[in-house]
Amino acid sequence: MTGQKREAAIVGIHEFPSRDVEGELNPLQIKAISAAAALADAGLNWSDVDAIYDAGEGGGMGGLTIAEYFQINPRVIDTTSVGGSSYQFHAAHARRDIAAGKARVALLTYGSTAHSNARAIGVGGRGGGLHPVDNMESFPGMTLVANYAMVAHRHMHEYGTTSEQLAEISVATRYHAMRNPEAVAAMEALEFLDIRETTIEDVINSRMIADPLHLLECCMISDGGGAVVIASPEVAKNCKKPPVWILGTGEATKYPTMGGDITSSAAVISAPEAFGEAGVKPSEIDIAMIYDSFSITVLTLLEDLGFCKKGEGGAWVEGGKLRFDQPGGPALNTDGGGLSSNHPGMRGIFLLLEATRQLRGESTSQVKDAKLAVAHGNGGMLGARHSGGTVILGSD
Amino acid sequence: MNDITRPLPKLEELDTRPFWQATQKRQLTYQQCDNCGTIVFYSRAQCTGCTDSQLSWKTASGKGTVYTYSVVRQSYHPFFRNLVPYAVAWIDLEEGPRILSNITGVEDPLTQVKIGQSVAVVWEEHEELCIPLFKPV
Repeated sequence: MTGQKREAAIVGIHEFPSRDVEGELNPLQIKAISAAAALADAGLNWSDVDAIYDAGEGGGMGGLTIAEYFQINPRVIDTTSVGGSSYQFHAAHARRDIAAGKARVALLTYGSTAHSNARAIGVGGRGGGLHPVDNMESFPGMTLVANYAMVAHRHMHEYGTTSEQLAEISVATRYHAMRNPEAVAAMEALEFLDIRETTIEDVINSRMIADPLHLLECCMISDGGGAVVIASPEVAKNCKKPPVWILGTGEATKYPTMGGDITSSAAVISAPEAFGEAGVKPSEIDIAMIYDSFSITVLTLLEDLGFCKKGEGGAWVEGGKLRFDQPGGPALNTDGGGLSSNHPGMRGIFLLLEATRQLRGESTSQVKDAKLAVAHGNGGMLGARHSGGTVILGSD
Repeated sequence: MNDITRPLPKLEELDTRPFWQATQKRQLTYQQCDNCGTIVFYSRAQCTGCTDSQLSWKTASGKGTVYTYSVVRQSYHPFFRNLVPYAVAWIDLEEGPRILSNITGVEDPLTQVKIGQSVAVVWEEHEELCIPLFKPV
């Protein structure tokens, strides 16, 4: 591509395999185990790391706590914490810092014991702190699921989107999950009742959690974690695995405003920036790793990323085209996604991990000759305040 | 006996304290800048439209429209778990602010709450403040 820059690449990855650590590991330990494995995957060591990117979920003082725990002395610390998309922001910042010559080897880690802690993320109470948003929005009992459901309702109202169309996303994702032994093990560990490929009827016949979202349109709540190593071209050429280049990035936020359109997200801003920087079009993308907290998240983001026009997502996803073995669209969440493989609260890192596996040829639902991937994370709440981070990745 | 309540706003929260104090008089309020006209909601310390912040409090009519909603079927919260199914909604007040609340006063939220529905505020009394809920009109 003309003007496309290859200034930083993902050279090491690890996805922590367990989704239920039974209270026997803490998030810091999951982060460290994952970091060591990702560094080994790259053929690097702790001493090579000179930049830390951390969302602070391990507690303490974010990047400072991690630096000590890993016993490294980074030249760059970035503790951007914007919810589940933090890792897309981290990848963007790591590339920027490496391109600027401030760092050579960046380490991103994630660890969570949301399942062991029995955190009722989706249907628990919200708020309670002394923050103006909590003080204004805790009293009606809006669950997280209801927040996303309100986006779905408005999408249906404006564009005629149906539950059957939304279910396509759950069905495609489960199709991929059943091919990923770690996803199947995750569903077993979390005691999913019926672990098999699903149909649209299965999804719309599953129980309603918050109208119009059904159980099988909602992500799991797992333990988990992972790590990503991003390096300069000079370092990358000596790593064990082929580099996966970060070709473009975009970052944006969105929050409730007077007259605002809840059916479009921060990706409306972040995606054109990322695609423009990479010099690629959505139609060229082989792999779409899109944050699937809920079915409606993916539908909204497919539109906002430019795969189809706003409002046309429902019709666009029909016919199973998001499956890795079907033509007509990118392969969606080929690891099984947050819906059926891994969602410990902040899923963004897994989008980078599976995109990298695809571009290396290592996925369990491998798309032949996959060259380009998009990883889009959505942090916060789609139907209220949220952050969107888009990362375009490419192989050599 | 049931003394579990919905999560109540805290008057010690400084940005929204005046909003909740006004609910004691059953007033639904928002801020508007005298300098640039920007409406600020939720309430806060500075105008977000200009740097010459001159925020005044205005009282809304309490009339609005359901922008979108969901009917919650499952909640683990000790108050709301017994209330399901109940409707939560983003409501566009006729003056502009979009507020999150419940649609109340309907026998069946599954069939009687609609996007675009006209609603008006009804107040739920508590010791230190009133909670603005909305019912179809």
